[in-house]
Amino acid sequence: MVLVTGVSRYLGSRLARALQADPAVSRVIGVDVVPPAEDLGSAEFVRADIRNPVIAKVISSAEVDTVVHLAVIATPSGAGGRSSMKEINVIGTMQLLAACQKTPTVERLVVRSSTAVYGAGPRDPALFTEDTEPRTLPRSGYAKDVAEIEGYVRGFGRRRPDVDVTMLRFANLLGPVIDTPFTRYFSLPVLPTVLGFDPRLQFVHEDDALEVLRRATVEDHEGTYNVSGDGVLLLSQAARRAGRPTLPLPAPTAAVAGQLFRRAGVVDVSPEQLDVLTYGRAVDSTRLRTDVGYVPKYDTPDAFDEFVRARGRGALTAERVRWVERRVVSVLTAGRGG
Amino acid sequence: MMPDARVIAMDESGPGRARRRTEAGDSGHAGEPEDFGPGVDVPHDEDRPGDWERRVAASLAFLRRRITGEYEVDEFGFDPELTDTLLMAPLRPLYRQYFRVEVRGVENVPSTGGVLVVANHSGAIPLDAMMTQLALLDHHPAHRHLRMLGADLVFTLPFLAPVARKSGATMACSPDAERLLARGEVVGVWPEGFKGIGKPFSERYKLQRFGRGGFVSAALRAGTPIVPCAIVGAEETYPIIGNLKTLARLLGLPYVPVTPTFPWLGLLGLLPLPSKWIIEFGEPMQTDQYDRAAADDPMLVFDLTDQVRESIQHTLYSLLMQRRSVFL
Repeated sequence: MVLVTGVSRYLGSRLARALQADPAVSRVIGVDVVPPAEDLGSAEFVRADIRNPVIAKVISSAEVDTVVHLAVIATPSGAGGRSSMKEINVIGTMQLLAACQKTPTVERLVVRSSTAVYGAGPRDPALFTEDTEPRTLPRSGYAKDVAEIEGYVRGFGRRRPDVDVTMLRFANLLGPVIDTPFTRYFSLPVLPTVLGFDPRLQFVHEDDALEVLRRATVEDHEGTYNVSGDGVLLLSQAARRAGRPTLPLPAPTAAVAGQLFRRAGVVDVSPEQLDVLTYGRAVDSTRLRTDVGYVPKYDTPDAFDEFVRARGRGALTAERVRWVERRVVSVLTAGRGG
Repeated sequence: MMPDARVIAMDESGPGRARRRTEAGDSGHAGEPEDFGPGVDVPHDEDRPGDWERRVAASLAFLRRRITGEYEVDEFGFDPELTDTLLMAPLRPLYRQYFRVEVRGVENVPSTGGVLVVANHSGAIPLDAMMTQLALLDHHPAHRHLRMLGADLVFTLPFLAPVARKSGATMACSPDAERLLARGEVVGVWPEGFKGIGKPFSERYKLQRFGRGGFVSAALRAGTPIVPCAIVGAEETYPIIGNLKTLARLLGLPYVPVTPTFPWLGLLGLLPLPSKWIIEFGEPMQTDQYDRAAADDPMLVFDLTDQVRESIQHTLYSLLMQRRSVFL
């Protein structure tokens, strides 16, 4: 008996469908404020707002034993403004945790978190492990929400030590279908970057994210885990792989440009994302490998290439560059031969 | 979560590096020459003229990989291909013809496995770090890449930060140092930091305090040997006779050096003096006889730090005695 919040969104509905296929799961209940865009299969959909105490009734009446909390929103545009985003993220989590605390049948809680909790700055270690204390506390936005959510979840863990809590810190999700700030960013015809910086970025493929969520739900993996594809891509490198030109902007104007983009609704560049685009962030997901026993199928470059393949490249495709190279080489060799 | 909860022990300064970052280049050793893509007549070396085409083709293949992003960087942002072909290229004439670097004891750096190279720091800008990196890359039998631990300032500065990472440097902190050592890399550290590189000329070849010994703890944890390294010649590249403290404060820099030529001669003053360099790698100090808990024993760490420092200082003095002249 599994309850999934945020089920109407891409990852939620895919998880709901994947869980039905699992013989260990008898029933899947999906909760969200809007009806699911995709078919949930045999999962039941309950239209409820986790900010509302009604959620407690849903959990207790259905005798839910596993709660998967995915209703964490990364962008204000996805929630209709920053204040409602914060409310869904923080108040929603508090209500959900309160409901879980009151329901004795709950045995497992899986929370979708993000590597954004580590912040991003020049003085960070190259790779964050789950035990690294962030150097800079997230000041605003999504990162701050996630940090607060994690705080409440830890508090819940102390009050209900009998519940296994799994916190999954996902790197930037990427894939053929999923819609995230980064997929939007890399779909821009020209990529604005911060002049004089070339951050290391890490991605996790949507299929890997789904599989990790599924395992965390049906298997016993208490603890906090970084979830990311191996390796890193530099932003410049990613832009080249996507065949999209970059437009380096000096740091002060980059912040303004970020806000303009945000207002225009093109892409959501929040201050903490700007930090990532300046200093980069990478995590160590050894624990996922050793403790959960899962090796992501796609490493960071693979995940990015998959995304590019599905969404289409920009003007500068590898084939075209290769063609030009071949032309030049053949002209040169012909010139020598003749 | 608590901020400021980490203790980052090493405050050595670092490796700013090569300014040139153009994506073109005519380097002859650019990657595998057979990587042309299909349908190309690969010129084989039946005759000498073929060499020229091969070089062009190799450069084009390199250029193509750079344009399409088909190259690899490691987790620290190190880009070996870019480092070997472009970043190191402008340093080679400096190394060979200008400073005429003489390398001694390079065999003291093992060919495989993690090792920590600890060296003295001097000369206003970290040319010494770059030359040590080049010495190990070009003159070590295993052509090892030196992974430098840099001051945090390096990673806050635009343009410098990405070049530092691409050339293999990372922020000087215990987790990064241990991770690199555990991966079997040669890690370079200049524990005097800004105190060493920005010290006045009158104190040349006098080692400054060695940070907090964080580098020793890292080597103890990783169980890797420590190779002391003495660099003679870098002190004379930019003899610091003054420090513009107010300007430094305004710019947020640790020092703004005044040398006999800088800032008086403007850009020309940035030219280092052509001193003759010697880089000597000393006998490795083994750390595997201690157990991992030893890294948390401050007495032992201080003790080993002093030993490394003494060893470098001793070598410096003996090299200075052997040196005939600063410039010859």
